[in-house]
Amino acid sequence: MDFINGFVTLANFVIVPGLAYGAQLALGALGVTLIYGILRFSNFAHGDTMAFGTTMTILITWAMQAAGIGFGVLPTALLALPFGIALTALLVLGTDRAVYRFYRVQKAAPVILVIVSMGVMFVMNGLTRFIIGVEEVNFADGGRFIVTAREFRDMTGLQEGLAIRTTQVITLITAAIAVAALFWFLGRTRTGKSMRAFSDNEDLALLSGISPERVVAVTWIITAALATTAGTLYGLDKSFKVFTYFQLLLPIFASAIVGGLGSPLGAIAGGFVIAFSEVTVTYAWRRVLTYWLPDDLAPSGLVQLMSTDYKFAVSFGILIIVLLFRPTGLFRGKVI
Amino acid sequence: MMRLNLRNLALFGVVGLLLVITGLTQSWNVALTILNMGLISAIMALGVNMQWGYAGLFNIGVMGFVALGGLAAVLIAMPPVPAAWTAGGLGVVAGLLLGAATIAGAVQVWKRMAPGRLRVAAMLAVLVAGFWLYRMVIDPATAAVEAVNPALEGYLGGLGLPILLAWPVGGLLAAGAAWLIGKAALGLRSDYLAIATLGIAEIIIAILKNEDWLARGVKNVVGIPRPVPYEVDLQRSPGFVEWARGWGTDPVAASSVVVKLAYAALFIVVLLALIWLFEKALKSPWGRMMRAIRDNEVAAGAMGKDVTRRHLQVFILGSAVLGVAGAMMTTLDGQLTPGSYQPLRFTFLVWVMVIVGGSGNNWGAVLGGFLIWWLWVMVEPIGHWLMQLITWGMAEGWLRTHLLDAAAHMRMLTMGLVLLFVLRFSPRGLIPEK
Amino acid sequence: MAEPFLIGDGMTGGYGAVDILHDCTIAVEKGEIAVIVGPNGAGKSTAMKAVFGMLPLRSGAVRLNGEDITRLSPQDRVARGMAFVPQTNNIFTSMTVEENLEMGAFLRRDDISGTMEQVYELFPILRDKRRQAAGELSGGQRQQVAVGRALMTRPTVLMLDEPTAGVSPIVMDELFDRIIEVARTGISILMVEQNARQALEIAHKGYVLVQGANRFTDTGQALLADPEVRRSFLGG
Repeated sequence: MDFINGFVTLANFVIVPGLAYGAQLALGALGVTLIYGILRFSNFAHGDTMAFGTTMTILITWAMQAAGIGFGVLPTALLALPFGIALTALLVLGTDRAVYRFYRVQKAAPVILVIVSMGVMFVMNGLTRFIIGVEEVNFADGGRFIVTAREFRDMTGLQEGLAIRTTQVITLITAAIAVAALFWFLGRTRTGKSMRAFSDNEDLALLSGISPERVVAVTWIITAALATTAGTLYGLDKSFKVFTYFQLLLPIFASAIVGGLGSPLGAIAGGFVIAFSEVTVTYAWRRVLTYWLPDDLAPSGLVQLMSTDYKFAVSFGILIIVLLFRPTGLFRGKVI
Repeated sequence: MMRLNLRNLALFGVVGLLLVITGLTQSWNVALTILNMGLISAIMALGVNMQWGYAGLFNIGVMGFVALGGLAAVLIAMPPVPAAWTAGGLGVVAGLLLGAATIAGAVQVWKRMAPGRLRVAAMLAVLVAGFWLYRMVIDPATAAVEAVNPALEGYLGGLGLPILLAWPVGGLLAAGAAWLIGKAALGLRSDYLAIATLGIAEIIIAILKNEDWLARGVKNVVGIPRPVPYEVDLQRSPGFVEWARGWGTDPVAASSVVVKLAYAALFIVVLLALIWLFEKALKSPWGRMMRAIRDNEVAAGAMGKDVTRRHLQVFILGSAVLGVAGAMMTTLDGQLTPGSYQPLRFTFLVWVMVIVGGSGNNWGAVLGGFLIWWLWVMVEPIGHWLMQLITWGMAEGWLRTHLLDAAAHMRMLTMGLVLLFVLRFSPRGLIPEK
Repeated sequence: MAEPFLIGDGMTGGYGAVDILHDCTIAVEKGEIAVIVGPNGAGKSTAMKAVFGMLPLRSGAVRLNGEDITRLSPQDRVARGMAFVPQTNNIFTSMTVEENLEMGAFLRRDDISGTMEQVYELFPILRDKRRQAAGELSGGQRQQVAVGRALMTRPTVLMLDEPTAGVSPIVMDELFDRIIEVARTGISILMVEQNARQALEIAHKGYVLVQGANRFTDTGQALLADPEVRRSFLGG
């Protein structure tokens, strides 16, 4: 029974990756939940917004790298991020003006907006692929590991190593900053409070003199920031491929719904719930259990509940269960 | 019913014209391939149209039901693999029954026990225990099945029945899945339903891709039996060769065309039968009630109509049609390739068909099916041709190469734009519901 | 007759093709309480909404302090000093009491702490619960939040749509007391009420509407004493 080694294995393969993935999903889910709470529709184009944002960041990163600008041990992409956000904000504001505003003025049913967002999704997807192609792109630079598995083993003398990649730590820190900034904005600033009021009771907000167009514009800008950040962090951590973001849409929506659509806190909680579920259900527990259980109970099989191909199936399983038993989600979001 | 006026006839005429032009400019083979896939797309659009147009259900799990139809083709028509059955067949069946029993047991526990922590604990206990038992029984069985001649078989095979039987069976399979999903998800808000159906489709396709013992997973099942003759058989038959020569064509090309025409004939029969059925249903009291519910759900509910049950009926019927189309598609392909089912992309295409054609109108859905499928196929060559034209005067360089490459990505962009334009400027579609 | 402070003069209109109001006139003087009563479906709330600009008028006018405001949108009328408390959904349930008051003063750019103090003086219980989510309060307390929110713009006219709907009699008395206090500070009150008797008791002016038209118009006391009014609407 070797608790520490087992724990280190768990940390290396489950806890640390789960935290990083959870942070990425949380940021993505925050964007979805904001749009749902304020604009009142499920934005299926969010995944491809993330792809577009990451593409912009990548292009600027390349330009910076070519110009010799670097960020030392941190990835240059972090420097490029603000510009990527600005460009993405332009795109989503333009899309709102050209596409969504028409239906908002008409007070169209939410399902129409969802179908429209599917159209926007494909246009954005095509646009992004046009700009950057379909190949895999690796744009992370700077130091790769904060501590490698071997360094860890040397430091601690343990049998198992724990590798912590720079991108994972950056993901967590950046996500934490983004979330803190968002909550400060929503809770303390006049504009942020007006957005919450608008989400809470639109008619009363209008009566109070809150300008709907301003709220909508700020919402899109914040969404662009969240989407670009989430996409860039994910791309730094793994790699960038347009198709992947398309697929991330599903766990992101699962996270937002599980946490409670319309609740920012829920989006964050949901992100981690989904991330950890995906990782733990598809992880082969054999090694950890071998460390933790007495020798005669050690498992012979892989002890993998489901193969990694079923990763998305896990998100959906959880989503369906939540929808059946508690549709408002963990944090009682809105059900419009 | 579609008004039999000049405009609507002209629209269908345009489709015919497009196919003829394709035949003349590219080849008759290409034109007929488009026609056949167009027929299948039209049937899929019919199914989706029933769910959306009659009941306002936003189902984006289309691909899952289509995949189930494809599975039916394999399960019905492929010959069984006796060695696999002896190796693990019994274990697999037992495992599946166990799994079903576990779920049924959990449902019973939920229904019969009083609400509270004990009920939750009991249900979880049933599920966990059942899951472990299921895995203990089925894992060795599936491993044994997959070990039997993995290169060519490695699965249980099918029933060896005529392939045409797979078409209605595909419909039944899809209907069954729709019943399960509908029971669970139909009370939900429309975008929740959409996400739920998308999830189910993903799960179905994931199962098809991974459970090799069922349908060989990503190793694909090839050589699915056909309802029409093989080209090589035609080419070898002296009667056919003579007939082809009599027409002045080379037998090889002629055989290909004839086979495709044979499929087309079969598909047209199915399509017409379905349209006739749907039109009859529309005009029946059932159809009128469906439309009443759709037009004013609250009022209909207040009048005592069981809205959810009606929605379930429509959901099942529409999904059954999708299953039939899926079986037809796999028959046409002659193989089951789970990797080719990309849930969101093809689903989206079918939705564009329904909306462009005219949601709520059966003939509109059919028209949309043909038009959009033709467009989907032709965007790439047309786009390529367009790009050649645009970059004709350009110097060699990054922009030129990039633009030429871009033609390949035009499809999605074009379809997205088509959908957005139609939704904005002509939301009722080409053939609006009367 | 001197021009009233706020008057909806001869209003005729409806939401669609059918008119709900027929030449209806509602007016209130500065610092006074005017009450609109009548049977269900009489168009009471509609009349008040018309004064606030939420109903398109086919004929008639609305004048505030002599100025014709018929063309102004509700938001513009808020900027002019009118405040409106809807019957339902009149608070931001997910926000704290204090945030609700802040949102009420959204249009103001100056320091609102003075006004907030005044609201807390008027409704002391809100001070205790200022950091609590408004949706967690009882029915009567929520109404106080709703009225407080409306008062944050320092309006000259406060319009209330059935403020005592669904509250207990004790809470209703308390609410009416508060409304009288608000009127004493110089704010005109225009109120639609279902509890006609209690409302007319505190009213300077009463309007009894039937089917969108004025039936009886007099002081509150006079209406209460009128036998015909008592028989038809006050239960004898």
